[in-house]
Order: sequence, then C-alpha cells, then structure tokens
Amino acid sequence: MRKSVKFVSSLCALTLAMSALAGCSSSSSTSTTAAQTTAEQTTAEATIAETTAEATTSEAAAETEASEAAEISTDITGTISMAGSTSMEKLANAVAEAFPETYPGVTVTAEFTGSGAGIESLLAGSVDIGNSSRNLKDEEKEGGAVENIVAIDGIAVVVDTANTVEDLTQEQLIQIYTGEVTNWSDVGGEDQAIVVVGRESGSGTRGAFEEILGIEDACAYANELDSTGAVMAKVASTPGAIGYVSLDVLDDTVKAVTLEGVEATEENIKDGSYFLQRPFVMATLGEISEQSEAVQALFAWLQSDAGKEIIASVGLITVD
Amino acid sequence: MNSIVANRASKSTVEKAAGLIFTVCGLVAVLAVVSITLYMILKGTPALANVGIGELLFGTVWKPDAADPSYGILFVILTSIFGTAMAIVLGVPIGLMTAVFLAEVAPPRLAGIVKPAVELLAGIPSVIYGLLGLMILNPLMYKLELLIFKNSSPPQFTGGSNLLSAVLVLAIMILPTVITISESALRAVPGHLRSASLALGASPIQTIFHVTIPAAKSGIISAIVLGVGRAIGEAMAITLVSGSSVNFPLPFNSVRFLTTAIVSEMSYASGTHRQVLFTIGLILFVFIMIINVSLTKILKRGEVSE
Repeated sequence: MRKSVKFVSSLCALTLAMSALAGCSSSSSTSTTAAQTTAEQTTAEATIAETTAEATTSEAAAETEASEAAEISTDITGTISMAGSTSMEKLANAVAEAFPETYPGVTVTAEFTGSGAGIESLLAGSVDIGNSSRNLKDEEKEGGAVENIVAIDGIAVVVDTANTVEDLTQEQLIQIYTGEVTNWSDVGGEDQAIVVVGRESGSGTRGAFEEILGIEDACAYANELDSTGAVMAKVASTPGAIGYVSLDVLDDTVKAVTLEGVEATEENIKDGSYFLQRPFVMATLGEISEQSEAVQALFAWLQSDAGKEIIASVGLITVD
Repeated sequence: MNSIVANRASKSTVEKAAGLIFTVCGLVAVLAVVSITLYMILKGTPALANVGIGELLFGTVWKPDAADPSYGILFVILTSIFGTAMAIVLGVPIGLMTAVFLAEVAPPRLAGIVKPAVELLAGIPSVIYGLLGLMILNPLMYKLELLIFKNSSPPQFTGGSNLLSAVLVLAIMILPTVITISESALRAVPGHLRSASLALGASPIQTIFHVTIPAAKSGIISAIVLGVGRAIGEAMAITLVSGSSVNFPLPFNSVRFLTTAIVSEMSYASGTHRQVLFTIGLILFVFIMIINVSLTKILKRGEVSE
C-alpha cells in the first residue's frame, strides 16, 4: 500500500514538477534521454517541413506567374473602407473575407452604420464605398455619389401548402401583417385563422420586408423566429400560417404566393415587376473608373464568377 | 520508485509544487466566476443608465429597432417567472411521485426500467426537446387553440407556439433533476423512522406522506430549487416552441423568455439594443444567483436540523 502511494506520488512529481526531480537520479536521466530523442526527431521533422515548404512555395510561385500571365495582376496593395447599411452586413463581411484571398495585398474594412450614414461618410470622403440597401436619393447623387447596384435582395411570401390563396396584393399583405385582417376568408381564402410568422427584430429580411411595405414596427407578429429555417418549418407545419423568407431558400414544403399577380422569380425581380425587393448599392464618389486601383479591382471581382458566387452564397440575386 | 524517499528537501518541494498546482486549478473556477460577474455587470449596467431603470424594467413595449426605440422588458421578465412557476407546479408533483415510486414502492425489476429511462431523459440535448415540441406539441396545441377559441376570438392565433407549449417542455425537462435528487433524499431517510411508523400501525402510504417525505424535506426542496434553476436558464428548447413575440404571459399568448430574448436577437443587435440584451443577461444572472444563494441556505439549514 505504502509503495503504491509512493509510486503515484513519484509519477505526479515526474509530470508536475520537473525541478523536484533533481534528487531522483534514475528518473531524471531517463527523462533527459527522452527529451534528447524528441529534440532530434523534431529537428528531422523540421527539415522535412522546410523542404515541403520550399516545394510548395516554388509551386505557388509558378502558379502565380501563370495566372499573372493569363489575367490581370493580383498584387495590388491598398485598403478599401466601406460603411453603411446594416442589412448589407452579411454581404460586406463575405466580400471583406473573400476578396483578399484573391488579392492578398488589399485589406477590406466594413462598418455598419446604416444606409444614410454610409452615404454621408462617402460624401464626406471618409470611406471609399458607401453601402446602401435602397436606391440613392437625388440629393445624394447631386453630391457626387454614383449608384453601383451589386446585388438585389428578393423576399418571397410563403404560406402552408394546403392554403388555397394564390395571390395577395400589397394592400392585403400590409393588412395581414399589421393585424387588420386575421382570417384568410377576408383575402379570398377559406375560413381559417391567419398565423402571422416573421423574423426577430434586427434581422435584415424583416428590415427589408417592413421597409418595402412601409410598415416598420407596425407589425403584429404571432411568431418572431430567429432564422429563415425556423420560419420555413413553422409555416410548413402550421395550417393558416404566413411568413416571409429570402428567395433562395424556397422549396416544396411551403407555397410561395404571387404578389400583385407576379411570381417570385429571379427574372421578375430583375425586371422590377415583383415589388418585394430592394437593391444593394455600393456607392462610390465619382465613377468606378475614377477610383483607386484596389476599388476598381473590387468591382471587377464582384462581376467575376468568384464574386457572383459570394453574392449568391449570402442569399442575394446577382445583377448582370 | 523509491526515489521519492531521497531526502526531506526534495520531498517537500514535490509537496509544495503539487499543492501549488492544485491551488491554481481551484483558482481557475473562482477566476471564471469573478470575471463573468464583473463582465456581466460592466456590460449590463450601461443600458440601465442609457434607457433608464424604470423604463427598462417596467416598460411593456419592446421595439428595439424602431425609429423611436422602446426597450421595455417587463413582459419578458414576467414570462420567465410565470413560465418557470407553471413548469414547477406541473413538473414537481410528477417528479416527486416518481421519486417516491422509485425509492419506496417500485418492485426492483420495474425500478430497473424506470431509473435508466429517467437518466436518459436527463441526457437528451435540449435542442431535441425543442425540435419535438416544434413538430409534435405545437400542432397539437394549435388544434387546442382553435377548439377553445372556436366562437370567441383570441387576441392572436399563434399556431401553437405559446406559453403553454413552453411550460410543458420545461416541465418535462426539469423532471430528471427533480426525480434524481428527491430520490436520493428519500433513500437517505434512516430506515428506523419507517420501521417505527409501520410498527405504530401506519400504512405504507401514510408512512410515505407523513414520515418519509417530511424527513427528506430539505433534499426535496433543493431538488425543486435546482429544477427552478434549470427551467429559468433553459433557452434552446423553448426558443423553438414559445413563438418569441413579446406579450403578457397568458397561456395562449406567444411569449419571450429572458433567455430566448438574448439568443433570438444577439446575432444582429447593435448599439443600445445590444447593451439591453446584456442587461437581460445580467437580470438572468441575478435570478440564478438568488436561486443558488437560497439553495445554499436550504442545505445549511438541513445540516443544522440534522
């Protein structure tokens, strides 16, 4: 018993307190040997690692040369600062993350102060790009801001698949969401209660939906869910529910209604006939061609396949 | 192996070093609690000053993103209190009866089935409770809602996402806590108390209600308090079933709890809105502190009475 206790404590001493091992000759010599062996191994590994690193570097160099020959140079350096719409936070952050992967010399910073404040900073010259989730106002354009629409945010209105209502007018949609109409029979459907489903305060989709309909903070939600998926699940499983989601997540579990007779499709959003949409503008002070090399590269990149992929990945519609 | 007996000096160094390491490990927990407390106070108090304590705690309008924002969280606080209380009222009797069953009346073979089931209930992740609530409980609750309000109309149909759904989920979630702790409290009651009661002619059921349960009182109360702690701190399960609109906590209203208020809006909140969410966290923290302090008091009183 005593021996085993001693053994345990000596083990503890080994692992916990190296300095205490000075008096234990046998243990300490073993551990030194072990340390030396490890060190040797590490050196060997390091050598291998160096060799690999060299190989990778040379390959990478070759690749860079090849791509430089084929395309425009990616060794631009500089910073791009943007400020503006909180709704564009996802897009701006995705761009700020992905763009420097192609252009390692460029850093993109983004602040989210609101569309109006973003354009103000742009006109004051404190940022390179002003983000706005609405079309620019005339006085903003007069100030020199140029409207570059980089993406379109489209919102679909969904109901459960058993609902017989196919179409809603803008007026009906407003009445449903403000709680004036509480039964589907009032908008041409069956005698069934309406369950109004929406997103949580601060959500970009909710902001866009309420802003486009002009019912900011006037909505009477029965459910405020914190994700698009939750809205889809709730609408799919609740008879009489209505909800709104980004266009890109639509599937068979719910039914998208037409608005003013127009179906929620990319084409209808691009030609402007579907009204539940808003542009994402990256405004510049003066034309893009007058901007710094880095900013020009950013806009060119947004038009490229890589850029379009990023725009689509945050649920937006690309513009041609 | 015998190297440890080398000499007194090296031995005492080992002892000291080990002692130091244990102390450091112990300090990590204390440091975490202290830093969390400090952080919550630092982050949670600015909004109290910015918005005003009265308006924040006793306001009933929650419109954080409006042009003229309003940050009243009274309904949110009341929802947490009412919801937890209702879950306790539903869950504790069931939990206590199960504990009595397991500790006193169940034949060993049946107890061998029930006990693992209860333990499994404790191990199920809360998000699973939420998912089942969303897919099964909510549609059923919506049918009940339509049935009850067939002729009159409720303020708003919630599609089953209401306080009652959340309370049912919470009641089931606190069961394992209540059962396991009250069961061990009942088992700890000395056998001679039971024997004395039975010898005096009391029936087994009389013995359970008049002798065993009163004797295990402090353990059962701590089980209830821990159940309260579990219910008030739960977020994931109820965020899926409660509807998350800020309303007065009536059974068929869509409601928002302190916890779900934080999780549902933290991702996009900024400025004062974000600060207020931290204040909600601080309030939740204070509730948990009160629960812990009262638990410690109960346990101490139990020791004294024994």
